[in-house]
Amino acid sequence: MSDLKLNCPLPLQYEQIVMAHGGGGRLMQQLLDSVIQPVFSNPLLNQKHDSAVLNINGSRLAFTTDSYVVKPLFFSGGDIGKMAVCGTLNDLAMSGALPLYLSCALIIEEGFAIKDLQRIVESMQQTAQQAGVLIVTGDTKVVDHGSGDGVYINTAGIGLLDEHVNVSPAQIQVGDSIIINSDIARHGIAIMLEREGINFESSIASDCADLSGLVQDLLKAGIDIRCMRDLTRGGLASGLIELATTSHHAIEINETALPIHQDVNSACEILGFDPLYIANEGCFALFVPEAQTALALSTLHRHPLGQQACQIGKVKATHPKGTVTLQTAMGINRVLDLLSGEQLPRIC
Amino acid sequence: MNYLDDFRDPATAKKIAAAIKAITTQPWNIMEVCGGQTHSIIKYGIDQLLPDQVNLIHGPGCPVCVTPLAYIDKALAIAAQPNVIFCSFGDMLRVPGSHHDLLSLKAQGADIRIVYSPIDALNIAKTNPDKQVVFFGVGFETTAPTTALAAYQAKQQQLDNFSLLICHVRVPPVMQALLDSPGNQVQGFLGAGHVCSIMGYHEYLPLSAHYKIPIVITGFEPVDILHGLYLCIKQLEEHRYQVENEYSRAVKEQGNQPAQQLISQVFDVVDRSWRGLGEIPASGWALNADYDAWNAEQRFAVTAINTLEPAACRSGEVLQGLIKPAQCAEFGTACTPEHPLGATMVSSEGACAAYYRYRRHQHV
Repeated sequence: MSDLKLNCPLPLQYEQIVMAHGGGGRLMQQLLDSVIQPVFSNPLLNQKHDSAVLNINGSRLAFTTDSYVVKPLFFSGGDIGKMAVCGTLNDLAMSGALPLYLSCALIIEEGFAIKDLQRIVESMQQTAQQAGVLIVTGDTKVVDHGSGDGVYINTAGIGLLDEHVNVSPAQIQVGDSIIINSDIARHGIAIMLEREGINFESSIASDCADLSGLVQDLLKAGIDIRCMRDLTRGGLASGLIELATTSHHAIEINETALPIHQDVNSACEILGFDPLYIANEGCFALFVPEAQTALALSTLHRHPLGQQACQIGKVKATHPKGTVTLQTAMGINRVLDLLSGEQLPRIC
Repeated sequence: MNYLDDFRDPATAKKIAAAIKAITTQPWNIMEVCGGQTHSIIKYGIDQLLPDQVNLIHGPGCPVCVTPLAYIDKALAIAAQPNVIFCSFGDMLRVPGSHHDLLSLKAQGADIRIVYSPIDALNIAKTNPDKQVVFFGVGFETTAPTTALAAYQAKQQQLDNFSLLICHVRVPPVMQALLDSPGNQVQGFLGAGHVCSIMGYHEYLPLSAHYKIPIVITGFEPVDILHGLYLCIKQLEEHRYQVENEYSRAVKEQGNQPAQQLISQVFDVVDRSWRGLGEIPASGWALNADYDAWNAEQRFAVTAINTLEPAACRSGEVLQGLIKPAQCAEFGTACTPEHPLGATMVSSEGACAAYYRYRRHQHV
């Protein structure tokens, strides 16, 4: 070993975008931090919140945008239209805002069936109507056959914030309770089972849902919400890691407290996936002062989207700052880390 | 038993850990052969439940990690050709070849698809008769039967736009090579449960007898692994050297015989290079001469690609258990899962990647 040479293959630096750059993991963070954020840098963007909060003539507006690309376009529990409305409503809701107006931009591939497009926009309208928001502006573009996956949707949204609401990663404090409203990993697994055509005897449906009503209930109940994050791409683990990093706090969650549907767990076992990193579309993490834990939980339990709500962890003073630690069922702590990109199915 | 709950039951696990502590009187080095076991050990923190005298060595049982550079380069050369659909298991896409990986090639426009089974690749060939569809067959005895089945069916159906790039490897020869190596520290093995569910465990009887070493065929859940360790340490403490089967709910002595027959019908045993370990006699499988027409190496003329392994990559020392991942100076600094220097950092089953993901903050 003494004359050992470090002669490993040279490290790869990607010069082109690879799929993992959009996977919600470390490569995506690096792309944002090195290519995008520095160019656009400003105090509002740099807060890294789901929505930007704008003070305009005494009103506080939340403003956000998101693009939706999903295969298949129609899936158990939703479709791209419902997702495009719920996702943006949720980004607004995560800042504590009451969503008001949305935009809708469609990029449609040549050859796409008009009846499918109709189904999608009707689904968008129905979801918006249920949430009490209006889709007030939009755009439509058509691209050559082969240049898109049927249809891509971008929605932007604005919402109104009450003056006392101050929800952001910077508000997180040591001792806060961390609560989630539902079981995790259902959306990602539902999509994956349909996309890959895996015959799996279960009807796992996406959790795709508008969370803004639930958040309004919490605010009305007088909960002093410190921070919220919808646990979309990258799942629970990535969402919490981002918050821990941004807020410079240590988060500890308890493996045995995490609600995971048995079928979702089984699918993860078979495919070699970790449910902590699987996307959700109707699940969020809520940070509240410890003293308000019981009130927050009882408020959530009264809403159809919060019946499985439970406390999963705490913000600690003791652990290394900026990290998320999982206390495993074996009673051992392990640090959760961002994945490089999307999870890849294991060989065996 | 519900294996998701009962074989992960913390109370049972702790009880077995206490029993291990009670019987351990001296230091023992035990290797878990399979990468799936390494992943479980690090994920659940099983090693932290063990007495200090028990040292786990993470073995060469990660198919992604041990596939030699030459075959990654062959895969890249084939996938880059026009009119080819290249099909692979997901975690092979990030393994670095000499210059790039399959993911980068995909980003440049190559048609590279993740499949869950070689049969999926066969079906892609049927639905794309104007394309050449190639399946990258890697892995141990666990994945070899389905690859063999795909080759067999392609021949039966005379599917001439389908071929296979084969780099399958076998566990018993690498265990023997480790035991023969001058620096060997392994005193007992946890045998790879899933490999044995296919091959049975009769192959291990002569190995155990000749080298006087306990081999306990073990499953992948925390309770399995602890129970396997208990049986192994008990043998060592009692100076017994036998093959024992902890994973009897999945493994029979003779294994899955139809799968074995299929393997012997399609493959020949060949010498194979292992990334980080070098060439090991009789440690691999290649398509036999009856399947030349479905051999992608011949069809795409890549047999001549013979990239040499770096002479002294430290991942070899990790795979032999000579160092722990964090003892490598590059671990977590120059070498990360985003930019792996060696293959053990690539797959989630690789020892370095598992340490990086679960232990980084304790070591760096």
